[in-house]
Amino acid sequence: MAASASIIPSNATATAKFRATSTAATTPLSPPSVLKFPSISPNYPSTKPLISHSALPHFQHKPLSAVTPPNASSTPPPTATASTFHGVCYVVGDNLDTDQIIPAEYLTLVPSNPEEYKKLGSYALIGLPSSYQTRFVEPGQFKSNYSIVIGGDNFGCGSSREHAPVALGAAGVAAVVAESYARIFFRNSVATGEIYPLESEGRLCEECRTGDVVTIEVADNKLINHTTGKEYKLKPIGDAGPVIEAGGIFAYARKTGMIPA
Amino acid sequence: MASSTITSPPTPLINKKDAGLSAFSSQASFSVQKSQKRVCKKIVSVMAPQQSERRPATTGSVKTGMTMTEKIFAKASEKSQLSPGENVWVNVDVLMTHDVCGPPAIGIFKREFGENAKVWDREKLVIIPDHYIFTADERANRNVGILRDFCNEQNIKYFYDIKDLGNFKANPDYKGVCHVALAQEGHCRPGEVLLGTDSHTCTAGAFGQFATGIGNTDAGFVLGTGKLLLKVPPTLRFVMDGEMPDYLLAKDLILQIIGEISVSGATYKSMEFVGTTVESLTMEERMTLCNMVVEAGGKNGVVPADSTTYKYLEDKTSVPYEPVYSDEQARFLSEYRFDVSKLEPLVAKPHSPDNRALARECKDVKIDRVYIGSCTGGKTEDFMAAAKVFLASGKKVKVPTFLVPATQKVWMDVYALPVPGSGGKTCAQIFEEAGCDTPASPSCGACLGGPRDTYARMNEPQVCVSTTNRNFPGRMGHKEGQIYLASPYTAAASALTGYVTDPREFLQ
Repeated sequence: MAASASIIPSNATATAKFRATSTAATTPLSPPSVLKFPSISPNYPSTKPLISHSALPHFQHKPLSAVTPPNASSTPPPTATASTFHGVCYVVGDNLDTDQIIPAEYLTLVPSNPEEYKKLGSYALIGLPSSYQTRFVEPGQFKSNYSIVIGGDNFGCGSSREHAPVALGAAGVAAVVAESYARIFFRNSVATGEIYPLESEGRLCEECRTGDVVTIEVADNKLINHTTGKEYKLKPIGDAGPVIEAGGIFAYARKTGMIPA
Repeated sequence: MASSTITSPPTPLINKKDAGLSAFSSQASFSVQKSQKRVCKKIVSVMAPQQSERRPATTGSVKTGMTMTEKIFAKASEKSQLSPGENVWVNVDVLMTHDVCGPPAIGIFKREFGENAKVWDREKLVIIPDHYIFTADERANRNVGILRDFCNEQNIKYFYDIKDLGNFKANPDYKGVCHVALAQEGHCRPGEVLLGTDSHTCTAGAFGQFATGIGNTDAGFVLGTGKLLLKVPPTLRFVMDGEMPDYLLAKDLILQIIGEISVSGATYKSMEFVGTTVESLTMEERMTLCNMVVEAGGKNGVVPADSTTYKYLEDKTSVPYEPVYSDEQARFLSEYRFDVSKLEPLVAKPHSPDNRALARECKDVKIDRVYIGSCTGGKTEDFMAAAKVFLASGKKVKVPTFLVPATQKVWMDVYALPVPGSGGKTCAQIFEEAGCDTPASPSCGACLGGPRDTYARMNEPQVCVSTTNRNFPGRMGHKEGQIYLASPYTAAASALTGYVTDPREFLQ
């Protein structure tokens, strides 16, 4: 049974999605190079009907005012860690386990194969029960309209399948903001660099609704919900910071001399 | 300072005379005296709530005792002393991977270290196809092929290959479920660090080692370096004392614990299991206990090695090992104690492993099927336990009862070992007489659903009592499936009545 499909990509597809833009602390940074906009037209808020309510706390059907893109003229402070994420959020509840993020039947897909990586994205969160009336990835699509996932407690619990953060990343998710994470999922997110795992100070899953437009300012530990006009504090990234900043475990190991560059 | 593998015998935190009397939680650092003073006379079986987190010693100059897990980390990272919260590079003794995560890990390894890179040690990698084996799914079969190509290229010593899917017995190397195979093939040893690309790698903690699940990228890293950056976890201690009632199994103990502390109660923590009950458990029962540590969010589980461990390992490994034990002055985050004799058979109701309930309180729940298998509940003793219930009943099952031995060895035991009290019958005979399905080819099977054609996969929204480890929505296949996690005793009892059933209906 020879392996018919190549699993080795010619260029790294899944690493360092949010590599730090500059390691030279003295030069002011240009607008962050790591911006993940939803893969839809900038006119989304005004032309596309807002998606119907999910089973989570009541969704307010509100017309959105024009969304202001991140102010390109304000340069982030000259550190190596500035990242901003802006997009539409998808809200899930507590104990969102990895079987729901990517059910077992799709695990035959090998993420290091670009075609299969792409396919994995199309199945992201397909395991959610029918109480979630809004699908995360529309049938026939490979990417989601939602680039930010907001979760509750113990996000990513259950199986260690790295396919979980990878599927989210492949679907276009830039960041997850959860109240807390399960250990292996958090590790996998950091190691792969597929999604930026942030922790909220409170229960954002009760404050935000699927479809809200949000901005995350990582350096300021802040999430802004443009739809509700509220701002929320996020926890600083902690120990994983250096690994994430470097771009994942391999980049970090090379940077610290643990493996040859 | 010399190596930290001090081999002192495990010390229970209270005097053994007081065993069975306590229902409290104590900060175990100045443990012995304090806990003896706090013993209350009332006999209870509940566990006391967790205390708030204690910070590790910050003085640096005072040498504090370390827990088992801390000691294993210290040895593996070549440090004499460390505390929870530290991030250290540990040397890996064994890395395990299987058909689902192996190919991605291999892909990452080659991408990062080069197409022609060699693994750090061809004898420390154990590759065990077990997840999606007996299926027509092309990608699943291709993935086993990817493992084979890699093992050939790298000359990997331990590759438990399978080629003939139609007859598992025709594959001399094939084992089955990775966590059970690791134990049976002697890859689990006290004091070592075992990592695996599977969340239930924590099962091996039963052997007094640090064992935990990692992702593909981390595994790719280990493949090239033999090391990994890990954070030292603080330890929760679970003291179980008392004689194990004959209707209770280790599965009930761990369901009790998970129900108590919740699915995130042990996140980033180590769970240490000690006490007279634990000491009385067989290795397979200890494996069941440690297996579901991850269901509480735990990083790893440990059971101190003892004569039971050494006996099990006698004929399985000749690699020298050095057990470690928690110091008397070791600091534990919390301690939970319970008197096992007070516990009753449990289930975890849909859809969470911490949704604990007494089996007898679920007796009105009509079920559609029973599944006995997986690393959690598909070992030889699990099948012996189920057989015991069927034997005691003498009746036939009322619902389809699926049996999936974890490994070839388990399958053979099911067909060869006599069940005590049966007059020489084997488990297989008893299962047949009870009307169960024929024991299937050994693999992970339907525990996690898998490809659509997986044997016993739940493709309809049914109610299932299962000896497996997770019951999140869609776990065994259908999103609306309802899974009740239970011990093999409870599963067998439920099969006989067609309802969730306390095994005492048949065992007493």
